[in-house]
Amino acid sequence: MALASSATASTRPVERMRPPESTQGEGSAAAGQTPLAVDARGVSLTFQTRDGEVQALSNVDLQIGTGDFVSFIGPSGCGKTTLLRIIADLERATAGTILVDGISPELARLRRHYGYIFQAPALYPWRTIERNVALPLEIMGFGADERRRRVARYLKLVNLGGFERKFPWQLSGGMQQRASIARALSFDPALLLMDEPFGALDEIVRDHLNEQLLRLWDQTQKTVVFVTHSIPEAVFLSTRIVVMSPRPGRIIDIIPCDFPRDRTLEIRETPEFIKIAQRVRAGLRSGHSYDE
Amino acid sequence: MPRAAWRPAWITERGPVVIVVAILLVMWYVAAVAMNFTLVRDAFERQETPYTFADVIAGTLDAERPVVPAPHQVVLDFVDSVFGYPLDSPRSLAYHAWVTLSATVVGFAIGAVFGILLAVSIVHMRTLEKSLLPWIICSQMVPILAIAPIIIVVLGAIGIHGLLPKSIISAYLCFFPVTIGMVKGLTSPDPIQLDLMRTWSASPAQTFWKLRWPASVPYLFASLKVSVTISLVGAIVAELPTGAQAGIGARLLIGSYYGQTVQIWSALLAAAIIATILIAMIDAVGAWTARRMGGAA
Repeated sequence: MALASSATASTRPVERMRPPESTQGEGSAAAGQTPLAVDARGVSLTFQTRDGEVQALSNVDLQIGTGDFVSFIGPSGCGKTTLLRIIADLERATAGTILVDGISPELARLRRHYGYIFQAPALYPWRTIERNVALPLEIMGFGADERRRRVARYLKLVNLGGFERKFPWQLSGGMQQRASIARALSFDPALLLMDEPFGALDEIVRDHLNEQLLRLWDQTQKTVVFVTHSIPEAVFLSTRIVVMSPRPGRIIDIIPCDFPRDRTLEIRETPEFIKIAQRVRAGLRSGHSYDE
Repeated sequence: MPRAAWRPAWITERGPVVIVVAILLVMWYVAAVAMNFTLVRDAFERQETPYTFADVIAGTLDAERPVVPAPHQVVLDFVDSVFGYPLDSPRSLAYHAWVTLSATVVGFAIGAVFGILLAVSIVHMRTLEKSLLPWIICSQMVPILAIAPIIIVVLGAIGIHGLLPKSIISAYLCFFPVTIGMVKGLTSPDPIQLDLMRTWSASPAQTFWKLRWPASVPYLFASLKVSVTISLVGAIVAELPTGAQAGIGARLLIGSYYGQTVQIWSALLAAAIIATILIAMIDAVGAWTARRMGGAA
């Protein structure tokens, strides 16, 4: 499995084929400059539960530039998934403002600015792989020819050419997750939101998919927001690492991570890599009281 | 190596069924002898002819109006009344079975469609679940024997006779498992699958046809299987208060009027065969659909 060996994709000019709806107007984007992919200011989210209020996120400030690869890392309950779901308009912030591509998360969702990848592949078991990848295209009203072309292209990009007619249960966990990535890419969103996509996979498959993901990110110039609780994964993938801490969920450190875009797994042995990993670990430790 | 592996396949597959059927038949014969014994002995006594114990035993298996007919009597009467008369004769069991079957199929179709529509509205309007579901459950607690004559009389008063009133009673009984099964099926997609639809900003109609409906198909076939037998029972019950002109229900009623126990049992056999065929058909369609939908089994 040569990763994204369909390197043809890199020689092809990046297409910005927007889904049908998004052609009219670009919202309130600041004139002349590219808006930030994500611009969160003072974002808080409080859940009402039977035992009272739970503050899932407290006063989060975060700017993510277009083309960045940003990881959220932290222990369970630190609000990293919640923050991702607020960006995706799957949850609403109870305080603060947040803009996605310069518009509200709801508008960004309605205009299909992002593709969301969950921890589970969540392929529909009654659809073949190709029809799973085509599902968002069907919903967005792409024609049959365009659907077929895109399914073929993105299945090739994630190295699943030849598996079009298989049903999900006939594929391994890693292959299923690659199919779900192809599904998220199929409508070419500018932003990829990934919620521990490789969390359920073994380390060998995970390393491999991490490399593939980096190539993909490099080729497609997309912005990626990536939730994880693996330190090596965060350091290897990211241009910036957001360290978060629970009770209440908050950001305690934002660490720049300036390896070249075409990095390989070997950088994990370098002193720079180890230094950044140590800083992430220190951040996690300071934010988490182990006495509880 | 397990010993079962040495047996021919047909024994491991069919063996248990054959043994159960054999045991039931033996029990049935024993019951026929025991239940009819006094009846037959008293008849011999009245004739004042000498008789042996063996005569009585033979008599219990060949009585004209036994308390419990023997299996071979039921089978003989069944074969005779199915094949012994022209199909349009009121003496033909095939004719009566056809009358009941048509009411069952129409009632099942009405009940299934109504049950599905009810489930769809309950799933899409949460207030309906609170307001409607108690009434749906209540409707099933009323004894159908009490409701059936009322429906027949009311519909008869507005000029609806024949097949339709029976079908409506049958539908009244069989929509319930479909509604319950489909509410469960339509809400079976997991939160991630629903979240995905939201991230693609799918319309409610798209979410229904591309996610909820296909996810509910296994539940649909499971509840249709339950509901088709209930609709047969409903159709038979509906034939009891109509004056018993035709149908398996009529055969049961007439048989009990005239003490024709063998006729009752062969009518029951006909009902059982119809139910088995209907369930087998739904199973076949269900299995075919499951294969088309990529079923692993």
